[in-house]
Amino acid sequence: MTESSQALPVTPRPRRSRWKLRPSTREALWGYVFIGPWLIGLILFTAGPIIASLVMSLTDFDLLHADQTRFIGLDNYIRLTTDPLVATALISTFKFALIIIPVTMLASLGFALLLNHPKLPAKGPLRTLVYMPIMIPLVASTLVWTGFLNTETGWLNKIIQSFGISGPDWINSDLWIYPALTLMGLWGIGNFMIINIAGLQSVPTELYEAARIDGAGWWTSLRRITIPLMSPVLLYDLVITLIATFQYFTQAYTLTNGKGDPNNATLFINLELFREAFVFSRMGYGAAIAWLLFAIVLLLTLALFLFARKRVYYAGGNL
Amino acid sequence: MTKAARTSPRSFTDRSPVARSYRRFLAKASLTMFAVIIISAYLMPLVYMVTTSFQQPSQISTPGAPPYPATPKTGTYEGQEYPIYTVPIDGVSRQLMLVEAGRESSVFVDPADPTATKIEWQGRWRTLEQSWQFSPLIDNYTTVWNQLNFPRLLRNTAGIAILSTIGAVLSSIVVAYGFARFRFPGRNVFFFILLGTIILPNQVTLLPQYVIFTWLGWNGTWLPLIIPHFFANAFNVFLLRQYFMTIPREMDEAAMIDGAGPFRILRSVIIPQSIPAITAVTLFHFFFAWNDFFVPLLYLANKPDLQPLSIGIQQYNALYASQPTLIQASAVLAMAVPVFIFFLAQRAFMRGVVVTGLDK
Repeated sequence: MTESSQALPVTPRPRRSRWKLRPSTREALWGYVFIGPWLIGLILFTAGPIIASLVMSLTDFDLLHADQTRFIGLDNYIRLTTDPLVATALISTFKFALIIIPVTMLASLGFALLLNHPKLPAKGPLRTLVYMPIMIPLVASTLVWTGFLNTETGWLNKIIQSFGISGPDWINSDLWIYPALTLMGLWGIGNFMIINIAGLQSVPTELYEAARIDGAGWWTSLRRITIPLMSPVLLYDLVITLIATFQYFTQAYTLTNGKGDPNNATLFINLELFREAFVFSRMGYGAAIAWLLFAIVLLLTLALFLFARKRVYYAGGNL
Repeated sequence: MTKAARTSPRSFTDRSPVARSYRRFLAKASLTMFAVIIISAYLMPLVYMVTTSFQQPSQISTPGAPPYPATPKTGTYEGQEYPIYTVPIDGVSRQLMLVEAGRESSVFVDPADPTATKIEWQGRWRTLEQSWQFSPLIDNYTTVWNQLNFPRLLRNTAGIAILSTIGAVLSSIVVAYGFARFRFPGRNVFFFILLGTIILPNQVTLLPQYVIFTWLGWNGTWLPLIIPHFFANAFNVFLLRQYFMTIPREMDEAAMIDGAGPFRILRSVIIPQSIPAITAVTLFHFFFAWNDFFVPLLYLANKPDLQPLSIGIQQYNALYASQPTLIQASAVLAMAVPVFIFFLAQRAFMRGVVVTGLDK
């Protein structure tokens, strides 16, 4: 660690000739030493497995019968296109994404606007309260919401009933399960709220003053100033939410113990992948599903960036 | 006069300073009310969880039961217990024991004065409202604590979370230091790859990793949950690297002139200067490891002795789904530690979230 400094006085010649390395080479070597753990991890846990997973998706690999593995070419991918369960899982995932993404985006922006309002007192404690549910283990929060949304004994339906309407069967109806899971998802918006607040605070206040002098109301300022100037942050929110939605797992698994009830409505693509690979032990096919999932997320993310190119405003110049 | 003129031009439209401050107060109060109502609604399931966890199982399915933990009020008459109902008699509501239930008329006794004459009431007793008294029940917690073997789950979760946090933080500091302070060929390419791995869904690498860990004999142990974190995590490296870049290089150079090597500089200059960012990364990773579900499910689903809380609670739920009181008590137990730590460390934590959100 401190060897070089302690060795210095003893060495008769200057440092450079002792190491026989130029300072820039030495610096580069140290750099590789320090990023070494990540590089090794990249090879062992990321790059290697990526290649292995590609190869695996071309075989009928099964961990229990590894010696009987055969190379089957694109059969897994061809089977993907005709597998009704994969189609169901994809449709469920898209349906759910169409509901949860807009709702959580709006809710996190709404909370950010409210809890960043200049006239609001005690912002810190209130923000902490909204953030807190993130700390609750997903399994626990899913259990809480399942109880809260229970048709007969849950509080939400009791509240709805007090208005004289009977509440829906949130958990067991393949129509209402998505709104139910979206409500649960609202407990996960804390991170986005904080990031949005940081984005709101980066908007120069002079712009709002100028707009007010020009007679702009709250809504106009929001649409013409806040949203455009926050658009990079909103794009970040959107991309992260999209990726998370396609990897949605814990809540769906906890809700039905991995069965995908009701009527396969919660058999999201990641749960289907888990079942194929780890319940039915069809690892080759599971790897193909993983690549399908990756391709969809990648395409959607690219589409988002293309869509955003003309619509996102970067104050520091376009990238 | 001059004072009024100096304030904002808006003051011209207001009639008097008193009206203005009153209006300002009103705006602030209504905004605060609105925020409090929204946040109360947002956190209502938490209230449901806590109250349910203190209830008797029978209370939940009883129509007309209050939302708070309660037991039916009873009174004693001739050595026997009878439930108490609210009975409207001559326009006055009275709390009376139901002694003899009849179809169209029932007999009641005043619990305060059981020796008084019985009261016969015309009407269906089923339409009457039962009286409840507040009585929180701790039994659900003791049941869950014992059935789950909660101390063991807690020990496992803490063990996994602490070990993997140590690995993640140490390795991420070292790697971030490499990216922040050294010039080497391919540095930008490597950094780009690092950022790319943030977007890569873990499903793609999941299956081969599972196969490798199984072949190594790590399946059914904590090792797959801990060892990979000793190889730095892209998210943490990114956050720490951004922070390290803000430390002036002059400080490194001063230490270098004093004869300090790269490790010495990391230990005596970089780390002491980056305590806020390191705290944030530590907390992030600790909470992630504490709440993680997917990876423990893969490797520990059949190992009750080694399971963390998340898996234990989920499996418990699968068995006792029909008993909301027990389930909610288990949920309270599962969230107690992380929420407690969060409130202790929330300043450092919220700052960390902001650091991550910006500079992207």
